[in-house]
Amino acid sequence: MKMNSELLNKNTAINNNVKLSTKGVDLYYGSFQALRNITLDIPECAITAIIGPSGCGKSSFLRIFNRMNDLITGAKVEGLVELTGINIYDRSIDVVELRKRVGMVFQKPNPFPMSVFENVAFGPRRHGTNNLGELEDTIERSLHQAALWNEVKDKLGQSALSLSGGQQQRLCIARVLAVEPEVILMDEPCSALDPVATLKIEDLMRSLAENYTIVIVTHNMQQAARVSDMAAFLMMEEDRAGALVEYGPTSQIFTNPKDKRTEDYITGRFG
Amino acid sequence: MRAGAVSKRQLSQRSAFSLLIVATIIVALPVLAIVIQIIVNGADAISLEFLTESPSQAGKAGGILPAIVGTFYLMLGTILIALPLGVMAGIYLTEYARDNRFTRAINLAIVNLAGVPSIVYGLFGLGIFVLLFHFGMSLLSASLTLACQALAMTVTTSREAILAVPREYREGSLAVGATRWQTIRHLVLPQASPGIITGAVLAMSRAAGETAPILVVGAAFLLPGLPQSPFDQFMALPYHLYTVAAHVPGMPKSTMWGVALVLLVVVLSFNVLATIIRLRARQWRYSL
Repeated sequence: MKMNSELLNKNTAINNNVKLSTKGVDLYYGSFQALRNITLDIPECAITAIIGPSGCGKSSFLRIFNRMNDLITGAKVEGLVELTGINIYDRSIDVVELRKRVGMVFQKPNPFPMSVFENVAFGPRRHGTNNLGELEDTIERSLHQAALWNEVKDKLGQSALSLSGGQQQRLCIARVLAVEPEVILMDEPCSALDPVATLKIEDLMRSLAENYTIVIVTHNMQQAARVSDMAAFLMMEEDRAGALVEYGPTSQIFTNPKDKRTEDYITGRFG
Repeated sequence: MRAGAVSKRQLSQRSAFSLLIVATIIVALPVLAIVIQIIVNGADAISLEFLTESPSQAGKAGGILPAIVGTFYLMLGTILIALPLGVMAGIYLTEYARDNRFTRAINLAIVNLAGVPSIVYGLFGLGIFVLLFHFGMSLLSASLTLACQALAMTVTTSREAILAVPREYREGSLAVGATRWQTIRHLVLPQASPGIITGAVLAMSRAAGETAPILVVGAAFLLPGLPQSPFDQFMALPYHLYTVAAHVPGMPKSTMWGVALVLLVVVLSFNVLATIIRLRARQWRYSL
């Protein structure tokens, strides 16, 4: 099987360093428990996919890593969440600095209503880079990394909203790359895109995985199988709290799942 | 198919439409009538002299320059105070305030601010700014008084304009490590500014038309010249109109209408300006 050999090839490259880890993490929105007791280690410079049925808390889980849940009143995280061994929920942690290290790409492309150039420059400018030459270098590098440079190099001054959906999403990735993060969180980054644009983003993810730790939430089983090195399967328990059912190398999750529920889900029997 | 039933339905539909059209015309008529009446009666009074000279003979002769200038000073003073305060409060209420008893009380106060009768603002201004703070009967006291009244509008429009900025923008900004303040300063406010400016311009045009509050905090019936400092008394178009119409016997009719015309032009031109800003901003967004 072609897919299997691909998966095996990918897995030989998995790095053993743990970049992100959660230990017994619970997430509450007020009195509602959204996630229960999630423990997993996410390897460095690899792509980890979070899969599971709608409403199981995948996105909520992803947002734990850059503390985006902080914005929701009543959201509370219990347990340990570590970035390279440091507890990111410690009181001494500067959330702004954390979000610089752990960037995020959203479901719907959200370019700012300004030029392509200013979109990518937004992060660096906020972090104090105002030297134009320096910014130009950063923007060219980021757009190259996001595989967008050739398409936009002649229209850096144009509005970002004039780009196609796929280009907008790659622009958002470039915007994140411009602040030189270590981790990129992607929340269903292709769900608003057509298949061609989706494949471009997937190729891009594979090339980014050489230098960045990527965590992606996806609804699309084929996508998880195609791009990820590791896969975590989340499911709702009876009280609607999401829990981790199975976590392991993607090849194993997709070809030889240990849990019956994982098998049922990936073979399309529910979800 | 029964033709009778259909035509009956059509008949009721047609009569409903006619009724609605008539109602709409009736709504528009007074505005049209006022504008036409004022232009027809007041146009004769408008001359270079009328617009550029000070009044003489209790307003029966000469011009209304001090009233025009006074009104512009008032608008300027009002907005200089009400806009920054309104925008800052709007930002706080949308971006920082938690939903607790304190913020709910503030929101309630803002809603009710708009409902307070304007003469009450005047008495408040008299008590606080004129007497307590010793600003006297002055341009400053009047601007502060009108600003209190305009705050309801500037806070509300700022808050709405800020809320209309999509959450996705804020998240995208925070996700690259911008602080909340940077997000507001560099992303939210530029997006919200057309709405904020529109509200500010409307607040100014309303301030231009107010008569009752300034009556008791510094508007003068007749002044020989223009105010030289914020602590001087001033003339203003609506108050001037009120006095020449009600208190000066033998006032030429055309002079009264002329004052009304100038006031109307000032207020309407600011309303048109607000509309232009709003339309331009929308166009600009779509053309992006």
